[in-house]
Amino acid sequence: MVSVKIELNGAAHMLRAGRSLHDLIASLDLLGKRVAVAVNREVIPSPRWAGRVLQPDDRVEVVVAIGGG
Amino acid sequence: MKLNDTPDEIRPAVTDVGLTIAGKTYASRLLVGTGKYRDFDETRAAVDASGTDIVTVTIRRVNIGQHAHEPNLLDAVPPDRFTILPNTGGCFNAKDAVYTLQLARELLDGHPLCKLEVLGDEKTLFPNMPETLKAAEALVKDGFEVMVYCSDDPIQARILEDIGCVAVMPLASLIGSGMGILNPWNLSLIIEQARVPVIVDAGVGTASDAAIAMELGCDGVLMNTAIAHAREPVRMARAMRLAVQAGREAFLAGRMPRRFAASPSSPMAGRIA
Repeated sequence: MVSVKIELNGAAHMLRAGRSLHDLIASLDLLGKRVAVAVNREVIPSPRWAGRVLQPDDRVEVVVAIGGG
Repeated sequence: MKLNDTPDEIRPAVTDVGLTIAGKTYASRLLVGTGKYRDFDETRAAVDASGTDIVTVTIRRVNIGQHAHEPNLLDAVPPDRFTILPNTGGCFNAKDAVYTLQLARELLDGHPLCKLEVLGDEKTLFPNMPETLKAAEALVKDGFEVMVYCSDDPIQARILEDIGCVAVMPLASLIGSGMGILNPWNLSLIIEQARVPVIVDAGVGTASDAAIAMELGCDGVLMNTAIAHAREPVRMARAMRLAVQAGREAFLAGRMPRRFAASPSSPMAGRIA
């Protein structure tokens, strides 16, 4: 089984080759949550997650709103 | 006539219509942050007591593996009840601030209103104005409605307005310091020239500070720590609501002139003896 190493929120993360952004978000149990996602600093709207296959060294950012002023 | 019945003819002539930002009018002139509360219940109770319409939130990375079932701030302060104002708290350059707000726009279903703050250093949290101007330009070009944290410098405020920012938000004193309105004269210079709302962002410590800002003619006040770090945050949130209203009414009423002489309130004529 071939796996690829990506960067997820600044830390190394392994996943199987050919997995999409949608697969990644599902594996994190974040589907349907209020999160926003970017790959290599480009924001990817959720309808496009399934079509975005993750490549080695992709830098993925998953963010949420938290308390702040 | 009962004591509380005010005849129509002596009701205030100018009714405050509210705070208009980027073409939308909000009843409340108080904007509040959501940081530093004990939990989301306290956040929501304080937000409700403040009477605010606009609530600012920060964008951060999800804690991978921990976050999935944690409560979400946007459930406590839902976007269908409040206008959510994403901010760039913690950004120290234009690039990160723009990227953060692009993510925020996606998170909030495309709504363009945002609070830009690009900080200069961790000690003062003073705005880095060159980076702020750069970010403001990029964001306005990208369709954002930018409310911008800035220095209390009328020239910088004017440049930000010219760029197309929808509100300028000078600090009254350092973020989180509670030191109050330290340079009312600079704020007055900004207010005098502004064609967009001027909102004091940062420095308010207690209710009188908020009232002073409003009496100067500010269009609104944004605060977080003054409420969240009060001994009783929910009570302070209510105090701030009243202070902003009182300050605004006093501004509209027009204060009496200051004079360095006494003037008796009772007539001198007709005194006994």
